[in-house]
Amino acid sequence: MLKSLQSYDDLVSMRKSHDKKHKRDTVKVSICMTGCRALGAEEVYDEFRKQIKTQKLQDKVEIVETGCQGLCARAPVMTIDPMGVFYGRVTVDIVPDIISNTVLKGEVINKLCYAEAGKKIPYLKDIPFYSKQKKIVLRNCGIIDPKNIEQYIARKGYEAFAMALFDVDPNYIINEIKNSGLRGRGGAGFPTGLKWEFCRKAKGDVKYIICNADEGDPGAFMDRAVLEGDPHAVIEGMLIAAHTIGSEKGFIYVRAEYPIAVSHLKNAIAQARELNLLGNNIFGTGFNFDLEIKMGAGAFVCGEETALIASIEGKRGMPRPRPPFPANSGLWNKPTNINNVETLANIPVILSNGSEWYKQIGTKNGTGTKIFALAGKVKNTGLVEVPMGTTLREIIFDIGGGIPGRREFKAAQMGGPSGGCVPAEHLDLPIDYETVKEVGAIMGSGGLIVMDSDTSMVDIARYFMGFVQDESCGKCVPCRVGTKKMLDILTRITEGNGCRSDIEDLKEMAYVTKTASLCGLGQTAPNPVLSTIRYFMNEYEDLLKTGS
Amino acid sequence: MEEKTIDLRPVNRIVSEYGNDKDSNLIAVLQQTQDKYGYLPKQALKEVSRLMDVPLTRIFGIVTFYSQFTFTPRGKHAIKICSGTACHVKGAEDVKQVVKEQLNVVEGETTADYQFTLETVACIGTCFLAPVMMVDEKYFGKLTTDTVAGIVDKYSGEKT
Repeated sequence: MLKSLQSYDDLVSMRKSHDKKHKRDTVKVSICMTGCRALGAEEVYDEFRKQIKTQKLQDKVEIVETGCQGLCARAPVMTIDPMGVFYGRVTVDIVPDIISNTVLKGEVINKLCYAEAGKKIPYLKDIPFYSKQKKIVLRNCGIIDPKNIEQYIARKGYEAFAMALFDVDPNYIINEIKNSGLRGRGGAGFPTGLKWEFCRKAKGDVKYIICNADEGDPGAFMDRAVLEGDPHAVIEGMLIAAHTIGSEKGFIYVRAEYPIAVSHLKNAIAQARELNLLGNNIFGTGFNFDLEIKMGAGAFVCGEETALIASIEGKRGMPRPRPPFPANSGLWNKPTNINNVETLANIPVILSNGSEWYKQIGTKNGTGTKIFALAGKVKNTGLVEVPMGTTLREIIFDIGGGIPGRREFKAAQMGGPSGGCVPAEHLDLPIDYETVKEVGAIMGSGGLIVMDSDTSMVDIARYFMGFVQDESCGKCVPCRVGTKKMLDILTRITEGNGCRSDIEDLKEMAYVTKTASLCGLGQTAPNPVLSTIRYFMNEYEDLLKTGS
Repeated sequence: MEEKTIDLRPVNRIVSEYGNDKDSNLIAVLQQTQDKYGYLPKQALKEVSRLMDVPLTRIFGIVTFYSQFTFTPRGKHAIKICSGTACHVKGAEDVKQVVKEQLNVVEGETTADYQFTLETVACIGTCFLAPVMMVDEKYFGKLTTDTVAGIVDKYSGEKT
């Protein structure tokens, strides 16, 4: 049982006592126990525990269950500190060797090391995948045990919230967030500070805070990693938002397909309540705030804010026209502030380090960092956080290690079903909200799927259209009918039965769907079609030729 | 088809757990009910409607809207094949085809012996393992048309 915190000092002394407890000469073995579970991390972890016990090494070795360490391609992964050795593809039978060689003697086992161009790189800091990243949102992810609030507090967790509560007033916070240039990381990129200001100024006694964790884009797993690896960062962001806006109740709307994220969130909320960081009279200040988890039931459209609100209210998740915007009339018609997971996890850092510091990172139109879920035909698939303005080439080739096999890079799909395919000619484009839009894609939530010469771009367009057609809620005609019509045409073309007029029809249908649809789902649904027509018309032509 | 009578006590328990805030907990109640029975039996839905004082039509609207819900009994094992973008470009379609032929079902169907239900999901967020599927709570990644058949076989061989 943890002792509830009564003051700012209590929080600081808790951090300090944790520091003291852990300043022993132990070797720390951090094992990813989230994404890496899929390739046997639990078995490796159990074996470690067993070996440490039988060899009586409990005083010398500390095993930490962490969230995602980023380099998922090498799963299951582990980091051994203080040496900073990074191992991948660890199996149960090699655990005794890791203990006897690396943990006890500091010797590196070559075959577990990351290799590039035939060279083994044993230390995490030297691996280009890590050295080119800048971790702000993922500051704790893969380092702390997300199930242990003390480890979060040991890294100054909840101190930004304490500062918000004791040291500064809400207007200062809004100005800081505005000045930082932070924009919504869910995809639309709306300035966060402005959103908060609208909601703070909105009339009403009862206000709500919602964390949108309905990460539904196929190919995106950034929010999943943050929720699994550092849930307290999101809770702290929500607490700061709640205090700033004047809300006592928050909801986290999370996909049911993310069982580990849900379980870590539940655990984090319970621990925060134990410390009285959630609940009534927080830190004895009279400020009340509590959180509830709402599970999605499998509807992509619920990522749209008004649909999400309907779903929390226990209805079919269908969007409604805006205005009124949720900031004025949202959940149960009360002023409601909705932010995405990654946006919220940025808040404590901005407040602690100051908006001027934050503004230095990234570009003018996109400050700070962005997390990308790097997947598809790339060597180092995984989770990547880079400053805005980083080029696709740096992400895919320097960090991602390039394309496996002898094939060539063809395109990067950004923004999922709302985005587009960026071809090789734009590899050197510095990525921010505006630049990506100019080349026909969107920043989106951060899914980045690499495609090589084997991938058919028309098939990709058909794939995404199939997805949005399936997920269209059916409320408005342009989206319901438009996506179906476009899917029919694309299917016909990929099957070799297309005709010349199909391209013009597609463009027209895309225009109507984009312009007339009610919500973001329909308004962006044609993007994958338009961007593939723009850059890969030759592939459409080839299919049309074989057809007729 | 007439359903056989089912024990409705779990529905009572689930509804009472969610207490007064009826409206907004309807989806959660349905999720729990489905967890309990493995699907949403008609009798259970009628009971939810009665206990929560919500029209059955509204419940029907919700159940048919969200893809998580199902009116038909599920198999012992749920096979979820990911059809996310990364899986798609890495050959998920071919993998799915093998499973479909092996089990002789299409997506959404349950095998005649109620051993398996085949589903596809838009993305389970493990793109680095693409193509990937889940059998119940367990992940199987980097699938090929060769490896996937063996995995399904392993589960088929289990004694019920």
